[in-house]
Amino acid sequence: MELITPEYGLFVWQVVVMIILIFLLTKFAWKPVMKAVGEREASINDALVSAEKAKEEMANLKADNEKLLQQARAERDEMLKEAQQMKKTIIEEATEDANEKAERILDKAQITIESEKKQALAEIKSQVAELSVQIAETVVKKQLDNKDEQMTLVNKMLDDVKLN
Amino acid sequence: MHEIFELILSQQFMATHKSSKITVALMLMLILNSFSSFAQLDTKEVIDDSFNPTEMIMHHISDSHGWHFFGEGEESVTLPLPVILWTDEGLTSFMSSEFHHDVEGEHVVESNGQKFVNYHEKIYVLNEGEETLEFDEETHAAMNANRPFDISITKNVASMLITAVLLVLIFLGLANHYKKSKAAPKGFKNILETLVIFVRDEIAIPQIGEKKYLKFMPFLLTVFFFIWLSNLLGLLPGAANVTGNISVTIALGLFTLVLILLNGNKDYWQHIFWMPGIPTPVKPILAIVEVLGVFTKPIALMIRLFANITAGHIIILSLIGLIFILETAGVAAISVPFALFITVLELLVAFLQAFIFTMLSALFIGMAVQEHEHH
Repeated sequence: MELITPEYGLFVWQVVVMIILIFLLTKFAWKPVMKAVGEREASINDALVSAEKAKEEMANLKADNEKLLQQARAERDEMLKEAQQMKKTIIEEATEDANEKAERILDKAQITIESEKKQALAEIKSQVAELSVQIAETVVKKQLDNKDEQMTLVNKMLDDVKLN
Repeated sequence: MHEIFELILSQQFMATHKSSKITVALMLMLILNSFSSFAQLDTKEVIDDSFNPTEMIMHHISDSHGWHFFGEGEESVTLPLPVILWTDEGLTSFMSSEFHHDVEGEHVVESNGQKFVNYHEKIYVLNEGEETLEFDEETHAAMNANRPFDISITKNVASMLITAVLLVLIFLGLANHYKKSKAAPKGFKNILETLVIFVRDEIAIPQIGEKKYLKFMPFLLTVFFFIWLSNLLGLLPGAANVTGNISVTIALGLFTLVLILLNGNKDYWQHIFWMPGIPTPVKPILAIVEVLGVFTKPIALMIRLFANITAGHIIILSLIGLIFILETAGVAAISVPFALFITVLELLVAFLQAFIFTMLSALFIGMAVQEHEHH
């Protein structure tokens, strides 16, 4: 029975000690400790959240970059294609032009040749006529001297003409 | 397992129940008593200064006015503690050593014109003109003396003060750490911080709720660490049995009760006096049960802590006592390992009881401040 009979003195002491202890520990220990722990937890949570955000931003940035790169690539391809096309057309045009010019030059040459030929022929003709006249003249002159000589001369002249 | 079962039991019925552990302890004491009487029958020599296990155990688990370490009678090594008494004549005090280790009420100490005797660690003030303490044969009440209001620094009070000082020093150290840096502390302080967070996250928040737990944290933390440290210090040889003393646990339970009464909201009182959602004729009957429940909750807390700690001490002392009862050193081979095993178990119980007390206090407070959904 003694074991379960409360002693008032001890009870009073326990109450007093407990009240003082709660007061002291709350003021000097629990409050600062809880505050520090709470702040640390909050800062850890913030850090986690911001890290997640940064990660997301990074991913976004990467996606943007990829997109830009793709765009640039497409543009480049387009430009290359255009250049290729242009080159082709330029070459084609140039070839055509050249061909035309060449043809024209050839035509001109042909015409010139033709006219020169005609001119030359006419000249030859006139020279032949002149020569014929000269020969005839000479022949006519020689005929007057000697028959034999006349013949020799004619032959000789003919030879000359052949040589010409 | 036993503790968990106990927890479930108390949560289900919320009613007083005595731990089965104390039943075991009392049975052990009875068996030991019969042993001693058996030993007394055996040899005549033993009768004179026979070993009385009940007396030994009671001496160890009870409070006393001096802090006894070892030895018997006049040669014993005892730390004298101040005896402070509030009598009809006013306050008086003297050192416990003035009784000269007498607990049979034979040595009279005179102080402030009054005569005091120590009878089984109870101080009596003798009526005027009386020289010796006399008891009524039948009622065992003192006939010529009465008990003054005893607010001595007893062994338990001294131990309680040591615990309080230790707690203040330990946790001021922890608080100082945060003044220097915001980083988590290392080593022992980290353990302390983990325990503080444990009380917050495993006890206060789940039981009371995120919104209101902060208000009760100081009480829960203080009571948790006070009980745990007291339990641990109580396991040291020669230490006081603070948390195994009913006066201490009554005081602790009373704190929980006061907190419940002060913080109980409208819903809580409505659920006690006029339970909604049940037939009206049943309401008054339930009110009686619920009102009883208000008081049985802290009483259950108080008895659980007292019984568990005292029972642990009794079992260890009984096992050691076996050596002296059977008067063979050989018994030590069995009882010492057993006592060691129980001591290690008590280390666990020391934490568990602190945890359960705090947990149930938080649960009861949580019930009182909870906002019910209206059905």
